[in-house]
Amino acid sequence: MINQMDLMAVVEKHRDNGVVVPTMTGSRGWNEVSNNKDRDIPIGGAMGKASSFALGLALAQPDVKVIVFDGDGSLLMNLGTLVTIAEKSPKNLYHFVLENGVYAVTGGQPIPGANKLSFAGMAREAGYAAAFEFDDLEDFASRADEVLEVEGPVFICFKTTPEVQNEPIGLRPASGLKPTRVAIKDTMASLGV
Amino acid sequence: MAQQALLSPEAVIEEFNKNGVTHVVYLPDSETNWMYQLMEADPTLDLIPVSREGESIAIAAGIIAGGKKPVVLIQNTGMFESGDSIRGLAQDCQIPVVMLIGYRGWTRHGPTPDSAARLTEPTLRAWNVPYYLVEHDGDADRISAAFEQAASTSGPIAVLVGDEYHGFNR
Repeated sequence: MINQMDLMAVVEKHRDNGVVVPTMTGSRGWNEVSNNKDRDIPIGGAMGKASSFALGLALAQPDVKVIVFDGDGSLLMNLGTLVTIAEKSPKNLYHFVLENGVYAVTGGQPIPGANKLSFAGMAREAGYAAAFEFDDLEDFASRADEVLEVEGPVFICFKTTPEVQNEPIGLRPASGLKPTRVAIKDTMASLGV
Repeated sequence: MAQQALLSPEAVIEEFNKNGVTHVVYLPDSETNWMYQLMEADPTLDLIPVSREGESIAIAAGIIAGGKKPVVLIQNTGMFESGDSIRGLAQDCQIPVVMLIGYRGWTRHGPTPDSAARLTEPTLRAWNVPYYLVEHDGDADRISAAFEQAASTSGPIAVLVGDEYHGFNR
């Protein structure tokens, strides 16, 4: 099992000036490690649609690497995205999934299919150019250069330790995240569009 | 005798071109095949087929963030499915996305038995999405009006295509 924050620290070293699109639990974690917040777009609304947003961005900016940090529960809300992405096959799209097996932000209830389905298998069969699965951070860290150089769309599933939030919403610390609309504007300025 | 086209697909695509559309994010509805063939033949339009309509709003938002100009092309049935994306992205993030929505079941004459048609405009009003109705070629410039309004209000605008069952097939 992989610690999400440790994973994100490794990814940050390899982002290559790319735009990063995290969602749900991934957004807070990424915000702590990111060294280029002008190219981070956390997607909170439109549940499950971070990968769809990332697809549009990757198609509009084919020379910019786009990395999405999806969740397993989020991906389940929008499984058709695997087929839609594979159909357009943007070479610059890297679809990371943090598979912790639970809905972490709602108290840790298991997702449907936990420990039964293979997200990487579904992505592979949907037609992604490549699909990987890691449950050990050292394995990924030693291959990160290689994985992030593969022509996309690349799907990478990480088996992560759940970081369950179980306090009432009003008692949780503020996320410190930029509103998405501001993050989009900052990213557009950074991209020069 | 073939029914005369009230809104021609050519007029719609001319509006896309006039407004600098680069990407068409779409899921075919029941009567749009001729329009699809024309769009595919237009080298300035990149077509992005989606598996389910809710994706289309998020993909369009990403395209806008990447500096290009999309249009969404779906049916009203799919618009209902897209509610969370319209709310959580287009509305909350102030994304100027124009959605052409096939108005299934709409008619000016007699009763409207199709709930898809009856609920379309009440739903858009509830969601605070402004909309235009386009019935024939003479209305086509409302598509340009929709693009201008989306840009000036930084929000989603719907264009209801009332001619869904007439001119879009060959």
